[in-house]
Formats: sequence, structure tokens, C-alpha cells
Amino acid sequence: MEPQPTAAHPTAPEPTAAHTIETVFRLESPRVVAGVARIVRDVGIAEELTQDALVAALEQWSRDGVPDNPGAWLMATARHRAVDLIRRRETYARKLAEIGRDLETTAPPEEPADPDDIDDDLLRLVFTTCHPVLTPQARTALTLRLLGGLSTAEIARAYLVPEPTIAQRVVRAKRTLATKNVAFEVPYGPDREARLGSVLDVIYLIFNEGYAATAGDDLLRPGLCEDALRLARVLSALMPKEPEVHGLTALLEFQASRTAARTGPDGEPVLLEHQNRRRWNRLLIARGIRALDRATALGAPGPYALQAAIAACHAHAYRYEDTDWRTIATLYGLLAARAPSPVVELNRAVAVAMADGPAEGLKLVDALTDEPALRDYHLLPSVRGDLLTRLGRTTEAREEFARAAALARNEKERELLLRRARE
Amino acid sequence: MPRYMSIVHIDESTAPAGGPSEELMRRMGELIEEVTKAGVMLDTAGLTPSTQATTVHWQGGKLSVTDGPFTESREVIGGYAIMQCKDKAEALEWAKRFLQVHEDYWTVSCEVREIAEA
Repeated sequence: MEPQPTAAHPTAPEPTAAHTIETVFRLESPRVVAGVARIVRDVGIAEELTQDALVAALEQWSRDGVPDNPGAWLMATARHRAVDLIRRRETYARKLAEIGRDLETTAPPEEPADPDDIDDDLLRLVFTTCHPVLTPQARTALTLRLLGGLSTAEIARAYLVPEPTIAQRVVRAKRTLATKNVAFEVPYGPDREARLGSVLDVIYLIFNEGYAATAGDDLLRPGLCEDALRLARVLSALMPKEPEVHGLTALLEFQASRTAARTGPDGEPVLLEHQNRRRWNRLLIARGIRALDRATALGAPGPYALQAAIAACHAHAYRYEDTDWRTIATLYGLLAARAPSPVVELNRAVAVAMADGPAEGLKLVDALTDEPALRDYHLLPSVRGDLLTRLGRTTEAREEFARAAALARNEKERELLLRRARE
Repeated sequence: MPRYMSIVHIDESTAPAGGPSEELMRRMGELIEEVTKAGVMLDTAGLTPSTQATTVHWQGGKLSVTDGPFTESREVIGGYAIMQCKDKAEALEWAKRFLQVHEDYWTVSCEVREIAEA
């Protein structure tokens, strides 16, 4: 029973029917694409059929209203179309004859799908869109498109490229999957870990794309953080036994908890040291801690769980002065052993400088100055400038900040570094 | 992506004396699992009956403590869900699905409010 609106309590305007349909479709489309892909064994065709089902839904739902179980309606419609397609197109009929026969014997599409089957289909879709035959760019675009439910226009805006570029990227990716005969399946056996690593890296890449962007007037880039976090949460629910999946989710929950504190009133970046920690989101921190606990309960921490553990150390410190740098330096040591990289080494140097003093940290940083991977990395001179400042070597520090400013790609960050170069 | 709190109001006079049916609990469990698997659910819980509630009140600089909720109506808050959604339309969609798992004899509403971000 709807309460009757009175003058004192007008009911808020309902979202338009079209907006409701669009919302339902975005929620359901990953599952529909995944379910149809299992039938036609081709992600590109599955997406087309799902789009066809949307067109049918727009037509019918606008007229008759949204059905009680819109997901099942879309799935049944798309599956019917898959069957029609297989029967209609001779080429497909030949290519997919076997599947066509399978279809005759599978349960009628009107039967509600088993949630476990849907989960399996979704996982197959994740591993397909993050497949190593695709370029990293193609993986992120296809994953956001098919699993994140973003339109090509939304992805293009988030990545600051023209929409046709993304559309082309998605088309090419789907073609590559088809021509390379990439199986629509979840990998088991020896390459499973590497393939899962690829999936986690894609989600982390998407997150970082948004995290590196400033919160200016364009809110779509930071929106990528939330899209990535949602994908990580989905994956955690689909693969509850994989410690690194929980490790990645924990890391992203912690990172996202600082969003409100990361930028100042004019959109300038605020460093961890100066962030107002009351603005850190406690609910996300609690979720991060819970996900990290699940990761560590499942086995020795991998690279993502270690990074999450470092983020947890920051989250546990109510003031910057309370940060447990000793533990953070130890965790970076473990991370350097597990997944060595110059950037990890640089972060370890920062933690060591905080725990043992700037001179100790500078030793580690100086060992990195010839590292080719860090040649254009603005944080190396920026960290070096910091340590030199703390050691009272201000002239050298200014040079480092100027160098860092020249390398910084982010406008707001450059301003901050230039300011420090003048101090 | 904004966060929403769905505050569940229940007309306690329509709630069965023995609590929710097993069927409802099963459907509710499945739905919560689905919302979690969609990466949407951040936190959710149901509350014990309002008869067990105590209200602590602050007015005119004085504290008072009374049993039960401070309400004239039979409508009480029965639970909540915190969800992170693209927009309000998505939050409303999940709220509709939450309501649809209830039997016809329930009178339940979800007050969907966006959480103010600092």
C-alpha cells in the first residue's frame, strides 16, 4: 500500500520509466552477457544479443511496465535470440552445430537460472575480458564495458579519450578473442594463478587510473575508483577462497576510505601526512580490515594482501605521529621479497627513513637514482627532496623538487612541487 | 558513487507474531547474497522488536530515558542496509527487490536516503 501524498508530504518524483529500465539493464547485463556467452561461446555475439534484448525490453517495458523479475526476462529473451541466431545463420549453424543441439536439450530458458551457474558464467566472463591475449588497454576497456556495465561514452570520458577510440578498442578486443579462439572458461591447473593475477591487475589498473586523477570538476575519473572497487567486491563474492582477491579488495577499500581527505578545497592533493583523518571513511576502513582478515586467514599474504596490510597500518593511526613505521618498513621488506620493483623499494626507503631517520632512507633512495624504470618517475626526486630537506640540505632539496615538478604529469601535483622548490 | 541508507519501516501490526517465515528468511538470504555479489551491499542488519527498545532523549538540556520507540504509530524501524550505488535509481531498484521478497500480508517501506559525504 502506497501512502497517499499530502500537501505536507509530496512524494518524490519517481525516476522516469526509461531511467528505471536503463538501471535494471545495467544491473543485469553482466549476468546476461555471461549466460549467453556460455551458449554461443563468443563474448562479442553475446553482447550483441544482450543489446537486442535491451531493445526488446525498452519496447515492451515502456508499454507494460518492468516485470517482477527483469533479469530472468532479459536472460530468457537473449537466450531465445541466441537459439534463433544459431538456427537462422547457416555459418553459425555449422560452426555451432554442436551447441545448437545442446540447446535443444538444455532446460527451457523460462526456468529460473541456478545462482551457482550464474556465478560460474560471470567468472568465465571475468577471465575472458582479462585474458592475456588482449593488450592491457583492451582488458580494462572490455572489463569496464561488460562487467562494470559502463557505456563506451562513460569509459571514454573517464580515460579522457574520444569515444570512437574506446568503441574501436572494444570491437578489436572482441575480435581478438574470437580469432584467437579464446575459450570461455575459468582456468584451472598451472596457469590459474597467473591468469588470476592478470584479473587482479586489471582491476587495480582501473582503480589507479581514477586514483591518480584529481577530483576536479570532472568526477568521472575518480568514479573509476568506485567501478574498480565494485568489481573487486564482486570478485570477492565469486571467489571467496582466493586470498589475493580479498587482499586486493582490502587494499582498495582502504585507499577509497581516504577519498574525502585526499584533496583540499581547491582540488589540490593533500599528502597522507597532512590529511584530516576524521574525514577517512570508517565504514570502508572496517570493510578493509575485514577483507584483510579473510585474506590472511586463507594463507601467506601475497603482494596485494601485503599492500593492504601497509594501508591498514595507516588506517589504524588516528594521527600521523602514531604511524607504526617500523611495521610498515618490515611489510615493505616482505613485499620487496615477494614482488620486487623499484617503486616498492622507493616506498620502503620512505618507511625506513621514518623508522630509522632520513640518512638511512636516503641510502636506499640513492641506490635507486640510476634505476631506468624510475628515470621519469616524479616521486623519486620528490622523496629525495623530502629527505634532503629533513637533513638540512635545502639547496639540493630545491633542485630535486624542481626536477620532480618537471616530471609530474598531474597539474595540481606540479604546483605543489614548484611551491616546495621555492621554499 | 554515492552511498545510500535504506531505512526499513515495518508496520508491526502486520508482522507475524512468530517472526518472519522460513520462506521469507530464505528469500531474504538469497537476495542479500545477490546484492553482495553485485558489489553493492556495504552493511545490513535487521533489528530486534521495538518492544525491547529504549529511547534516550535530549531536550532542554535534560536527558530522559523511556522504554520503547518514541512514536505514536505502529510503524517502527525494522532494519537497515547501506549500499553503494551509481545513482538513486539503482538504490531504489534494490529497495524494490527487497520489498518484493516479503509476503503480501506485510506492510513494509524502505526510506532510501543518500548518505552525506564530508
